[in-house]
Amino acid sequence: MIQERVGEIVEKYGAEKDGLIMIMQDIQDEYRYLPEEALRYLGERLDIPMTQIYAVATFYKAFSLEPKGEKTICVCTGTACHVRGADRILDRLERELHVKSGGTTLDKKYTLETVRCVGACSLAPIVILDKDTHGRLNQDKAAKLIKK
Amino acid sequence: MRSLKAATPKIRLFMTLDELKKIKEKGLKRIYPDKVKFTIGTATCGLATGSGGVLQAIKTEIEKRKLDFIVSETGCIGYCQKEPIVDVFVPGYPRIYYAEMTPEKAAQLVEAVSKGEHKPEWALGKVLTDTSLIDGTIYNYSHDKVPLEVAKIPLLSDIPFYRKQFKIVLRNSGIIDPESIDEYIAKGGYFTLYNILSAKRDPASLVEEVKKSGLRGRGGGGFPVGKKWETCRNAEGNPKYVICNADEGDPGAYMDRAALEGDPHAVIEGMVIGAYAIGSNHGYIYVRHEYPQAVRKFNKAIKDARKYGLLGKNIFGSGFDFDIRVNRGGGAFVCGESTALMASIEGQVGEPRAKYVHTVESGLWDKPTNLNNVESWANIPPIFAKGADWFASIGTEGSKGTKVFSVVGKVKNTGLVEVPMGITLREILDDIGGGIMENRRFKAVQTGGPSGGCLIVDTFGPKHREGLSDAAPESVSFVTESLIDLPVDFDTLTDAGSMMGSGGMIVMDDRSCMVDIGRYFLNFLKDESCGKCTPCREGIRNMLAILDRIAEGNGHPDDVDTLVDLAQVLQDASLCALGGSAANPVLSTIRYFKNEYDAHIYEKKCPAGVCKALISFSIDKAKCNGCTVCARVCPEKCISGDKKKPHKIDLGKCIKCGSCEEACKFGAVVIQ
Repeated sequence: MIQERVGEIVEKYGAEKDGLIMIMQDIQDEYRYLPEEALRYLGERLDIPMTQIYAVATFYKAFSLEPKGEKTICVCTGTACHVRGADRILDRLERELHVKSGGTTLDKKYTLETVRCVGACSLAPIVILDKDTHGRLNQDKAAKLIKK
Repeated sequence: MRSLKAATPKIRLFMTLDELKKIKEKGLKRIYPDKVKFTIGTATCGLATGSGGVLQAIKTEIEKRKLDFIVSETGCIGYCQKEPIVDVFVPGYPRIYYAEMTPEKAAQLVEAVSKGEHKPEWALGKVLTDTSLIDGTIYNYSHDKVPLEVAKIPLLSDIPFYRKQFKIVLRNSGIIDPESIDEYIAKGGYFTLYNILSAKRDPASLVEEVKKSGLRGRGGGGFPVGKKWETCRNAEGNPKYVICNADEGDPGAYMDRAALEGDPHAVIEGMVIGAYAIGSNHGYIYVRHEYPQAVRKFNKAIKDARKYGLLGKNIFGSGFDFDIRVNRGGGAFVCGESTALMASIEGQVGEPRAKYVHTVESGLWDKPTNLNNVESWANIPPIFAKGADWFASIGTEGSKGTKVFSVVGKVKNTGLVEVPMGITLREILDDIGGGIMENRRFKAVQTGGPSGGCLIVDTFGPKHREGLSDAAPESVSFVTESLIDLPVDFDTLTDAGSMMGSGGMIVMDDRSCMVDIGRYFLNFLKDESCGKCTPCREGIRNMLAILDRIAEGNGHPDDVDTLVDLAQVLQDASLCALGGSAANPVLSTIRYFKNEYDAHIYEKKCPAGVCKALISFSIDKAKCNGCTVCARVCPEKCISGDKKKPHKIDLGKCIKCGSCEEACKFGAVVIQ
């Protein structure tokens, strides 16, 4: 099952080594983490040693070896967001969700993350809930995003 | 040898000049149709303010009223503060831009326009003529019979935010539909490429032209683009690669995202011209995965360019082949560094290597590789369309052309501004940026991202000792200069202890703590250091530990000297620019704001009220009118007081989250 899906993704990028990171991103999007079985199969298909795949998986922020929550709430901590109070928002969400940044709530509903700039600096501070970007927040408005 | 199998397009006859001209006509009809057209900015910043809902509301209202109107989308017009922005084109009228739209206002606007009316009270500005930068084509909007209320709307180019701007890179952004290649061609796009390829111009002469233009790389370092092209062109080895670096990692900078989302074909055309000059047939663009919209729009643009034969085999029948492959980054700041970026494209961990051999000689897969960033590539078509002399006539002696800055932070008008090099900080921050938010005081502007620094733009006067008691030692430094009148170009910023970087300009006021900013950047770099070389890995960690203790009120008198010593090691011994420049933010804050370090170390105070360990919250009895908002928002329920009577914070329970301060409308919550 996993092999079949990973096979399709590999084909999408022409089964070339320069597609490795993008293939892994698509696997991450599909499963919300990188399942070991998927990575082992990927290594065989592209003839890349598992050590390199593991190195890539742990080096880049986009990847996770642990399953993530249903939703990802991501606080932008770029410079513009920082000077407009991103830390306060992050603190608040940590308290509301009872997790530290990078953690997933016990009910597996939310994963709380930070990102270093999504390029919407003019509307700082920014929070991204799954794929939706929310601008001009303060800690109260940010907390309301997860109460909906 | 690498092949770009997946990217090879279908065989197609090449595009001719006649065809290109026909497409231009088609594109012009799209931009200036014979019907009413509503255009909504739906770049990331637009969407973050709700332009998606505005777009939907306009479509719904048009459908409901069975109107024969066109709805179109566009990229970022720069004035992000005023998003969502909608512009309305009515044949025979000036184009009017409406700011801060909501779904409700948008529906009313559709209704008004359907009755032949306007909403001048919501207007940001109007446009009477459009001139294409590339071919000089002018479109005049008729304005003979406009009512007085429309005549009174200011010209968009006259409002302070736009008056001093000069757009080369962002020439089409916010004007054309970035997903329509026809509209790009309508603005003279791909004609420059046609002129070069059909005349079979000598590639070496193209390199000379770029050298003559004086264009310097816009990614940060400011290396002359023409020189880079020349070295790569002359380097031995085949195939050669050209890369567009769109891994815009500097936090606070988003010009590359806006350019990719607003005018992707400008980058493609620039890359094809560059590849022809250098002698390369394979291109890559490396885009941050945090920019999903940019990735999607660029992929669409590549597909459309292939369909028209503007990428692929035998472009314009010249015998020249070129194609581009898109690579998404994995979320690592260091991948903006050229050697790390190339390692990442190869599917490796993004670790830089020492550059004894330059990438122009041995880069991607050990082949000669020319890398420029988005903004540099977007400058290429205008340089060839209008000539190197034209480009060199703009800007300063050492820095030619324009630069796009993202003016953000504590400034009134946030957005993207493109200005000629050499403009002063004051013009950017005061005239364009509209001054500081909430009438506070300018303190600093941070440029160059984590490799840059904080420049003082203060007008406090020479003996500022805010936050220090009289008992503080006389040696404690104070502000002696302000750089607000500094002309901005590559060299002046470097001399001032910062750098151009990719163009982020984060404005800070008296509520931003400079120790905290130094700490912020080291924290950033600690996470982003790849860990390969010791000076960077350990140096940053140790500098951060010192700043942490200063911020917590445990600083030692010799801490600042130790920071400067560590900074020197980082500069001298790091493998790549990430480590080499990592200390810049701290060094610049020490240079200009040593008084704040001293206040933290000697007085155990954070004058800006940011460092949590050194501050406390209280309520100013004189200002508090007992509205109870603070007590209601306090997550710890530690604010008490009767209605209409001054409230009080229980400091024993206060976690210093700042909710009360954000909620209070009377400025009664005081941080000390």
